[in-house]
Amino acid sequence: MTVDEETLTITCTVNGEAVRDVVPVRRSLVDWVRHDLGLTGSHVGCEHGVCGACHVQVDGRVVRGCLMLAVQADGARVETVEGATRSGRVAVLQDCFFERAALQCGFCTPGILLQAAELLEHTPAPDRAEIRAALSGNICRCTGYQAIVEAVEEAAGRLRA
Amino acid sequence: MKPARFRYLRPETLEEALAMLAEWGDDAAVLAGGQSLVPMLNLRMAQPAVLIDVNRIAGLDRIEIIGERLHVGARARHAEVLRSATVARAAPLLALALGNVAHEAVRNRGTFGGSLALADPAAEIPAVTVCLDGAILARSSTGERRIPAASFFEGVYTTALRPEELLVGVDFAPLGPDFRFCFREVSRRHGDFALAAIAFAGRIEAGRVGECRVVFAGVEESPRRLAAVEAALAGAAVSDEQAWRAAGDGLGAVLDPIEGAEYPAAYRLLLARNLLLETRRQLEEEAAR
Ligand SMILES: Cc1cc2nc3c(=O)[nH]c(=O)nc-3n(C[C@H](O)[C@H](O)[C@H](O)COP(=O)(O)OP(=O)(O)OC[C@H]3O[C@@H](n4cnc5c(N)ncnc54)[C@H](O)[C@@H]3O)c2cc1C
Ligand code: FES
Ligand code: FES
Repeated sequence: MTVDEETLTITCTVNGEAVRDVVPVRRSLVDWVRHDLGLTGSHVGCEHGVCGACHVQVDGRVVRGCLMLAVQADGARVETVEGATRSGRVAVLQDCFFERAALQCGFCTPGILLQAAELLEHTPAPDRAEIRAALSGNICRCTGYQAIVEAVEEAAGRLRA
Repeated sequence: MKPARFRYLRPETLEEALAMLAEWGDDAAVLAGGQSLVPMLNLRMAQPAVLIDVNRIAGLDRIEIIGERLHVGARARHAEVLRSATVARAAPLLALALGNVAHEAVRNRGTFGGSLALADPAAEIPAVTVCLDGAILARSSTGERRIPAASFFEGVYTTALRPEELLVGVDFAPLGPDFRFCFREVSRRHGDFALAAIAFAGRIEAGRVGECRVVFAGVEESPRRLAAVEAALAGAAVSDEQAWRAAGDGLGAVLDPIEGAEYPAAYRLLLARNLLLETRRQLEEEAAR
């Protein structure tokens, strides 16, 4: 960090733990969790909002981590895919993705898991069109989406059972 | 890429924000949802000296009925407007349009006022705000202006907002219960900006269109009501395909579509015409239900 870089001290919770840090004001939320907190499950694809690889949850809502500044998370509750994995919140989705081979390289997967979890929390029985609409902001270069849609559909069924 | 350096200001109150805008004016950029500004910062297409983050100002996100009118606060997030029961009752066209705006994660941050201030020609919110004759509220440290939506949009990414002004909200007067609304869009992918979209509001009595409003997004540089088309449709039966076709054929004389290599003007004109005919079909189907 260069000397004349403007910084701000922020406090927030990340995956349930209180964090206090001095961050450059121009650092994105996703760069901060990756580089400063070592949480590398959120990925950086495009840095302009189109791919969804950088998703993190802020105060219960999925956001583009590349379009929020880290300083904007001051006072917020942040959850990354690591936290969602540890708490088991995305466990059923992860099982279904694994079983249905709904990932290949896995670059897009953390962002898709968080977005799919948000969908299933407010729409427990989505149809395939609703799943596709909910995931329309997540780009996957490998799978062709079919398996992803099926895995989310399967997870929805298991969570309702 | 990463943004160039900027000074980051974080006002807690509207008064503070307006004082900062008065001081910095053109050198500052207001940071609302950041869903358009931050990509521009990351690409270094925008390099403001100062960012004024309005996300901590209490009350700027209110959605409420004041008197007869619906008030949508500038920082109301797309996702809140889309799901608001108040909006569904008072201005259902807004929710119809918002279903086409971006993707869930972008809607969780992007704001109503941000979309208006940005004035992207392909954006849905400016078109429906013009269709509903919204009044845009612009506040500066010296007072407030109400700008009719019809005179707010001045061109691509250009509005009547002054550098020292903050867009604080929009007011919508109610339309009668006999109004019907349609919003239809053609885009490459669900959630993408419109190649062309139509916003329609019309009084339908005994199967005939009365007073109506027609606005396109994505077709011209700025959204506007098309008086000639509205006049052509007034009095036409919803079932009268001929009359609607005639109105659609008249669009060529009325519209000045955006020209581009990928999507030539003639293509956008064709989409606009088809969207008008689809609107008729939708009104007919809804009446049959
Ligand atoms: C992947 C993706 C897809 C998208 N798809 C669509 C789409 O289909 N349709 C669509 O309409 N939009 C789309 N958007 C844009 C999105 O809707 C933006 O949220 C919106 O256009 C701008 O709102 P914002 O709150 O994010 O504004 P910001 O990005 O914060 O600001 C945008 C501009 O407006 C100014 N501004 C913001 N608020 C105010 C204010 N209160 N007063 C004065 N100036 C202000 C800022 O200074 C800046 O110049 C998309 C964005 C992404 C990343
Ligand atoms: S890196 Fe954020 S959307 Fe692509
Ligand atoms: S699995 Fe490779 S991008 Fe989706």
